[in-house]
Amino acid sequence: MSDPSAASLVSTPRPEQPSEAGAPVNAGLPESAQKQQKPRGLLGDAWIDLRRKPLFWISATLIVIFVLMAAFPSLFTSGDAVNGALSRSQVKPSADAWFGYDVQGRDVFARTIYGARASIMVALLSVIGTLLIGGTMGIIAGYRGGWVDALLSRIADIFFGLPFVLGSIVILTTFNGSGSDNNEWTIMGLVIMSLTVLSWPVVMRLMRSSVLATKEADYIVAARALGAGTGRIILKHLLPNCLAPLLVYGTIMVGSFIGAEATLSFLGIGLKTPVVSWGIMISEAQNYIRVSPYLLFFPAAFLVTAVLSFVMLGEAVREALDPKLR
Amino acid sequence: MSDILVSEQSAPGADGSGRPSGRLLEVDDLRVEFRTRDGVAKVINGVTYHVDAGETLAVLGESGSGKSVTAQTIMGILDTPPGFVTGGQVRFHGKDMLKMSAEQRRRIRGEGIAMIFQDSLSALNPVFTVGFQIAEQFRVRRGMSRSDAKKRAIEMLDQVKIPNAKGRFSNYPHQFSGGMRQRAMIAMSLALDPEVLIADEPTTALDVTVQAQIMDLLGELQRERQMGMILITHDLGVVADVADRIAVMYAGRIVEEANVYDLYAKPAHPYTLGLLNSIPRLDEKGQELRTIKGLPPNLMNIPSGCPFNPRCPMAQPVCREKLPPLLQIGSGRASACHFAEELVNRD
Repeated sequence: MSDPSAASLVSTPRPEQPSEAGAPVNAGLPESAQKQQKPRGLLGDAWIDLRRKPLFWISATLIVIFVLMAAFPSLFTSGDAVNGALSRSQVKPSADAWFGYDVQGRDVFARTIYGARASIMVALLSVIGTLLIGGTMGIIAGYRGGWVDALLSRIADIFFGLPFVLGSIVILTTFNGSGSDNNEWTIMGLVIMSLTVLSWPVVMRLMRSSVLATKEADYIVAARALGAGTGRIILKHLLPNCLAPLLVYGTIMVGSFIGAEATLSFLGIGLKTPVVSWGIMISEAQNYIRVSPYLLFFPAAFLVTAVLSFVMLGEAVREALDPKLR
Repeated sequence: MSDILVSEQSAPGADGSGRPSGRLLEVDDLRVEFRTRDGVAKVINGVTYHVDAGETLAVLGESGSGKSVTAQTIMGILDTPPGFVTGGQVRFHGKDMLKMSAEQRRRIRGEGIAMIFQDSLSALNPVFTVGFQIAEQFRVRRGMSRSDAKKRAIEMLDQVKIPNAKGRFSNYPHQFSGGMRQRAMIAMSLALDPEVLIADEPTTALDVTVQAQIMDLLGELQRERQMGMILITHDLGVVADVADRIAVMYAGRIVEEANVYDLYAKPAHPYTLGLLNSIPRLDEKGQELRTIKGLPPNLMNIPSGCPFNPRCPMAQPVCREKLPPLLQIGSGRASACHFAEELVNRD
């Protein structure tokens, strides 16, 4: 039969292991070999797979740079992002000021660096909030079904029915109308809230349909038949199998939320100067696009790069989480 | 020693049915209906069977006869709605599981009663390695450490004869062949040493040679561990080697129960007779295959009297009026046919 031959195949490497361990040169080797033999979970395997992907390293590096930029802008520039001298208005890029000066004579490079904070924070936090709310609602609706599903789906429909721009105008003019003196963080929180409140239904629908398809799968029934509880079924069986579409959508959302933040700033209801964000810079640059195109180009280039690296990271993570693509 | 005794004793069947109680798993007059938009389908109409330790009961029947639904009800994984249990008991060690709390039932699953599914590809979670899924049970239910659980999982994979169990531990389900996946599924079900194993058509998705291997493996493990096994199948060939007793189901009822030898030699129900006659035979090469005429009954509108009467070659007027109860005929066998005695005693 095939069994004995297979068994002999197995047994050949076995005797080598102790001899290797006994060798004095590789004193550290058995330990690392043992580490490798530990059963890894989904995330462990995904991490090992990710480490081999250049796409992951490129996007991760870029994201780390952007996050550093957002956290410690002074590491990247010593310029002043808020105050400028009108004498330098619309001076073209040079060795002194790499990205030139804007209409008010402010350093565009410094502003672009400082703008990362507001843009990335708003986008990331809104995406996290959207995924958490939408994902949780979607799982509950899909898994419980029945009247819970009907109720949550109708609530989602109500929010889905609100047009994005109109909805955020209503929310933001109510809480952040002209004349209100909210500080930078309050405004940011309001923008994040309005983005989250108006976008979670999409994620909820995505998650719900994904859960509906997955919960019928035999391995869920099998897990129940082997005595798994509801929490375990949701966390170990439903979530990992429903995560892929969510991750992809989440990374795309990062990009569109940076854009949405810019839209709200342009309408005058989002972040306001003196806060610096890429959205504000892009909307300010629009009037001077033919005279000083670099005013639009640099913040837009940063925005595109940031969005691209999040999308690439999402793609890499999605591939790593799907065992069939390994 | 004891396993030889039990397997030989249960073959005649008489000894098992003589005992009054102390059965491992008993299904007693179970009734299940599916409430759908089109009406109520009475899927199970009073099923009674039992399985003891070290014994294999085969439940035989065509699609829609209710054999899988009975198993799902035992496991407590019946989809409600549409399925509702409307009567009867499922007793495990004498205690009615249908009256237990959800938590009590959950604890029995896996450790008391486990189940193997038909399609092993879809019954394994695609995003986790096979080894992880087996080891997880040891970690969660037995509180073992990761490395201990891994050792036990490899032992289990070894027991179900997966070659190179150690190397296969970290493979994903899609990297296994069909037969290997079914072996892994068996390993997973047996991980917590259940007393009863329900195998729901375990070989249907496999090709014929692998079918035989899996059945041999199941039989072997069942004998080694002295488990009670309920083997659900529609394949008469699969049953003959492994089962001790056979229960034949039709339209949500047991129509005949007997040990393997009696059932094959002298079926006591015309439906069983029809099933046996429909097995293709080599000496009838070239002739038309024999079938049971007609279709299984619509479960929303089961014929009055004996549900098999519209298809039965022996049907008499009484069959359309009176539902024959499942009655003992001789030792350890029962039949639900008005003419069971005549069937058995004919030549």
